[in-house]
Amino acid sequence: MARRQPGQPRRVGDSPAFKWSLIVFVVVTSLIVIVSPLVVIATEALGRGLPAYFAAIAEPDMVSAVTLTVVVALIAVPINTLFGIAAAWAVTKFDFPGRRLLIIVIDIPFSVSPIVAGVSYLFVYGLQGLFGPTLQSADIKILFALPGIVMASMFVTAPFVARELIPLMQAQGRDLEEAATSLGASGFRTFMSVTLPNVRWAMLYGIILCNARVMGEFGAVSVVSGNIRGETNTLPLHVELLYHDYQTAASFAAASILAFLAVLTLIAKVWLERQGAGRAGRPSLSGPPVPAPVMEKA
Amino acid sequence: MKIKLEDVSKTFQTFRAVRGVSLEIESGEMVALLGPSGSGKTTILRMIAGLEYPDGGHILFGDTDATRIPVRERGVGFVFQNYALFPHMTVAENIGFGMKVSKTKRSKAEIASRVNELLGLMRLDGLGNRFPSQISGGQRQRVALARALAVDPTVLLLDEPFGALDANVRRDLRRWLREIHEELGITSLFVTHDQEEALDLADRVVILNEGNIVQQGTPEEVSRAPNSRFVTTFLGDTNRIPASVHDGSAVVGEIRLPAPNATNGAAEILARPRDLDWQSQGPGIAARVLRVIDRPDGRRLVVSTDAEAHLELDVAPEVVASVGATGFVTIRRGQVFNI
Ligand SMILES: Nc1ncnc2c1ncn2[C@@H]1O[C@H](COP(=O)(O)OP(=O)(O)OP(=O)(O)O)[C@@H](O)[C@H]1O
Ligand SMILES: [Mg+2]
Repeated sequence: MARRQPGQPRRVGDSPAFKWSLIVFVVVTSLIVIVSPLVVIATEALGRGLPAYFAAIAEPDMVSAVTLTVVVALIAVPINTLFGIAAAWAVTKFDFPGRRLLIIVIDIPFSVSPIVAGVSYLFVYGLQGLFGPTLQSADIKILFALPGIVMASMFVTAPFVARELIPLMQAQGRDLEEAATSLGASGFRTFMSVTLPNVRWAMLYGIILCNARVMGEFGAVSVVSGNIRGETNTLPLHVELLYHDYQTAASFAAASILAFLAVLTLIAKVWLERQGAGRAGRPSLSGPPVPAPVMEKA
Repeated sequence: MKIKLEDVSKTFQTFRAVRGVSLEIESGEMVALLGPSGSGKTTILRMIAGLEYPDGGHILFGDTDATRIPVRERGVGFVFQNYALFPHMTVAENIGFGMKVSKTKRSKAEIASRVNELLGLMRLDGLGNRFPSQISGGQRQRVALARALAVDPTVLLLDEPFGALDANVRRDLRRWLREIHEELGITSLFVTHDQEEALDLADRVVILNEGNIVQQGTPEEVSRAPNSRFVTTFLGDTNRIPASVHDGSAVVGEIRLPAPNATNGAAEILARPRDLDWQSQGPGIAARVLRVIDRPDGRRLVVSTDAEAHLELDVAPEVVASVGATGFVTIRRGQVFNI
């Protein structure tokens, strides 16, 4: 921002008192609300020294919780990515009755409390639920097992990728795809070489947010997992379990792993934003366009 | 390739955008679709390309019914109104895209040499490695054209090809497009709402209004013999002068114009600004000068008649007139339509 020249009138919001009180307010609030808990996690986890910390992490139940969390993410995130791409493609590139309704349906997990999803899964797949007896006679275990956890996580994170893609693809319209088709490209070819490259940064961004949420999800998973230690406990559930067992240090150690995963996510996100905005060679759609050189006479 | 539209119509929800259009485009011909905004030009072009399906009628490519041939097999080159260049591909990659995805396999070297040839033809030499955001509007336009031509289309369709360019670039580009057309001899159909562009560039002009063809013919035919008041007013600035017709001539005050096709009764004379003259003495329509607009090639006078009607006249630069002066308007020629 250019400095104000003496004698120039102030622009709106330029008064130093306003500017600094705003900045101080935001910084202090972030410190209290966001930063201090993270500091507490670090200090508590390391409170009994590094050896105790590593012992807590290497504990079999902890390892099992981490493994389960990663496995759930490895299944749920790719499926939701495919779903998100398909959904965004369908609602932005085609006209069909119920299109608007579908957009609203995709958004439902954003507005519904995750615990509601968990409970409804109990009603559908639980022993007394709709499909409960059928599933039991077929010896298929969904609740209190991996499938249930994956499904609950998927419910919660279904909109993430789609939500990133829909506005972008809507803004891009159908012209590029129509151009590609009129040049003879098949639908698949058009998608791979025209649609996807133009949305890939938004898509990766959606994937990262989706992944962060899958790994951190507590509410929906806690209902359907049954909290079986060493079997169906994901990392967030394990944190709570340890805490209620008065194993504070171990609980914070587990929390620190989650926090570490979150920080990794953040780094990936910042890196992606840089990639998306600052690439000189292949200009991104969000970045400022390179100024066009002066037109020479045709 | 000869293109034929037989009674083609298209309705969006309840809106009838195209209402039974029949049209023939001879092989190698360049035809302009001209009409006001919303008259259905883009819709017709998109139906020929296969991007939109007509609800009625047939579209023939040569002798085959193309109505159900999918877009990618029609072999049309389509230049979009906003060019629709792929932003993540270089100019050369854009031009080569159609060859790369085509069913007829071409080697990398073959594609590269064809791309180079097109870059030369389109006067884009040296820009092959730029991205669309790094070239000017006129250059983008030529890239879009090169991309469409690269796959040797049987028909070239252009939607407002010069819409987004400034006046000088437009003029240059359209002369150049005409040259390219003559060189390649490809059947071309372009959409425009600029009458000057249509008359300048096309062998034949098709004038549309509200989803119907109102007149078609060579630029000479539509310019000299417009068949309706709509066509006359749409093709250029027009003065409308109320008159009455008696026995084959239209009469306004002391002025008489031949009107062999009009029937007796109330009528309207449509006259271009250039077809009116300004005289200090009668006979003529008495008027007072409201504005004088000086232009490189003459002066335009805006005058008000006694009946409070405004007329615009283009007169020679030597004509003496100043705001507030009174004089007389005479009509050199005009078209007479009954009302
Ligand atoms: N997909 C669509 N859905 C609904 N109405 C449409 C659609 N496409 C076009 N129309 C309507 O059909 C009519 C003709 O549209 P079209 O785009 O063919 O006009 P045009 O002659 O190309 O106009 P312009 O010169 O403004 O581009 C317009 O009234 C438009 O609103
Ligand atoms: Mg149009």
